[in-house]
Amino acid sequence: MPEPRKIIALLVFLLLPGAARPALDIRITEGMEQALPIAVVPFGWDGEADVLPLDMHVTIANDLARSGHFAPMDDQDMPQRPREFSQINLADWRKLGMESLVIGNIRATGEGNFEVEFRLVDTYRGTQLAGFKIPAPYKQMRRTAHRISDIIFEKLTGVRGAFDTRIAYITVKKTPKGKRYSLQIADADGFNAQVLLDSGEPLMSPAWSPDGRQLAYVSFEAKNSAVWIQDVLTGKREKIAANPGINSAPAWSPDGTKLALTLSKEGDPEIFVLHLSGRSLQRITNDRSIDTEPVWSPDGSRLAFTSDRGGGPQIYEVGAQGGSPRRLTFDGPYNARPRFSPDGASLALVHGAERQYRIGLLSVKQGYLELLSKSRLDESPSFAPNGSMILYTTTTSMGTELAAVSVDGRVHQRLAMQDGEVREPAWGPFLSSP
Amino acid sequence: MIRILLLCLALGATLSACSSKSAKDQGAAVEDKSGGGAGKEGAQTYGAGEEKAGGLAALNDPDSPLSVRTVYFDYDSSDILPEYRGTVEAHAAFLAANPTVNMSLEGHADERGSREYNLALGERRAQSVKRQMVLLGASAQQISITSYGEERPAVEGHDESAWSQNRRVEFLY
Repeated sequence: MPEPRKIIALLVFLLLPGAARPALDIRITEGMEQALPIAVVPFGWDGEADVLPLDMHVTIANDLARSGHFAPMDDQDMPQRPREFSQINLADWRKLGMESLVIGNIRATGEGNFEVEFRLVDTYRGTQLAGFKIPAPYKQMRRTAHRISDIIFEKLTGVRGAFDTRIAYITVKKTPKGKRYSLQIADADGFNAQVLLDSGEPLMSPAWSPDGRQLAYVSFEAKNSAVWIQDVLTGKREKIAANPGINSAPAWSPDGTKLALTLSKEGDPEIFVLHLSGRSLQRITNDRSIDTEPVWSPDGSRLAFTSDRGGGPQIYEVGAQGGSPRRLTFDGPYNARPRFSPDGASLALVHGAERQYRIGLLSVKQGYLELLSKSRLDESPSFAPNGSMILYTTTTSMGTELAAVSVDGRVHQRLAMQDGEVREPAWGPFLSSP
Repeated sequence: MIRILLLCLALGATLSACSSKSAKDQGAAVEDKSGGGAGKEGAQTYGAGEEKAGGLAALNDPDSPLSVRTVYFDYDSSDILPEYRGTVEAHAAFLAANPTVNMSLEGHADERGSREYNLALGERRAQSVKRQMVLLGASAQQISITSYGEERPAVEGHDESAWSQNRRVEFLY
């Protein structure tokens, strides 16, 4: 249980960035041709309008639209604004092709707390698909909206929603005194951005702990790479690896007890596993080539990594206790920086060929590689915890920003900062249990 | 700057280059020397010894091969290109002739591909230069290595002309 003062600090933080403008502006650049029409009706509220921290139905509709799976109806096109199931005129909605309807109410429960009740309605069958009452403290209203979006998404697509999640990323801003690097986190919709670390030296490779409470990253603040672990809530941090040579590429084991990383203290970059309690170090690879960018399989039994032992960089896999690695990629001269899908069946990676670096998806069993992104300088893929989207960095003549693509390649998004560069996104774990 | 000052202290030298207040960094020191004839004269004096690489002043002589502080590499390669062998040899000879001098090699990569692999590539480039310098008589203890991967490009830009200047190893004294 964190100390009360720390909780207060966090709450203030959550309040400050304001609901008005997200740090990252997320836009769909390519959606699904057959996005599902849905109407999210303004929620009923009997109090003063400015008491509520956000427009609940707008946040939900934006979540659903951003996923690319839904085409929410504009408020002004709605034939009615029912608050209760009994008020719904099903025929009116059916006529407009609105198969799914979301209605709800917000009630004040005292002391700045609220209760949000919502229903998801199938207008063709005239049935309620989901209905929940969720208590929502003032500061939690945005998360409540994301939870409702998660429920709607799961009911209608069969896939667990990943709206109530956070992302971490690195930003770079040019100042008169040189570049400033920062490690930031934000809600998955780009709101509530918080700076966790600001530095005049480069920062790299943010990695979430499986419980979402800590981030491991690489900082050059001591004029050489070092791996740190920082508590997201308190900001307290600890240096984990600062040996001569490279200290980088941290990756948490699925149970959170170990960190795989790359160290070159013995001469060339090798994969090590650091046991966090007791700090014992176990060497996994042993080869004179570059071995780096480890990532754990979701069941924790294997590590995938990048190695150029065969000439150019390719993806290999090795048991989490070591052993002889097995090569996984054979397609093209450059495959690097693997990330397992949550089900372990595929790997997102950086595929380089013919002067283009794109995000590819490799089916681990079949060895089939599919290219998902379309630019020429894409890197750092990171899966959403539900496996539906891959977030990555893209560089164009306009600069460096984030982009996302659905695993079926149909939905494309851009996530741009208001100023400066943003890169190396890491999509965090689910925040709440299903 | 700290390195240069330490160098001066360590040797107890009163070389003009060390006492020059404009030695903000190695770049500035080089510029300072090239301003007038005095620098060149001094360099000739210090270079008159038996050691081919010359004394410490050679470090600040714009006409010395030591004034070249960067070597460049081909894509995804750490092989020292023929046109940079002279530079590597000059720095190796200088270290061999001045065994109390320490320096560091900073390896870098262009932005293409993955960042962590590029961090490793930057280190491999620095190691490749170090290995060659040790073969040529420098002591391994004199040379430390850092890699910044693609994190510190020398030139901003997303084309081959920028990339070719970012695939590099810098010699820092």
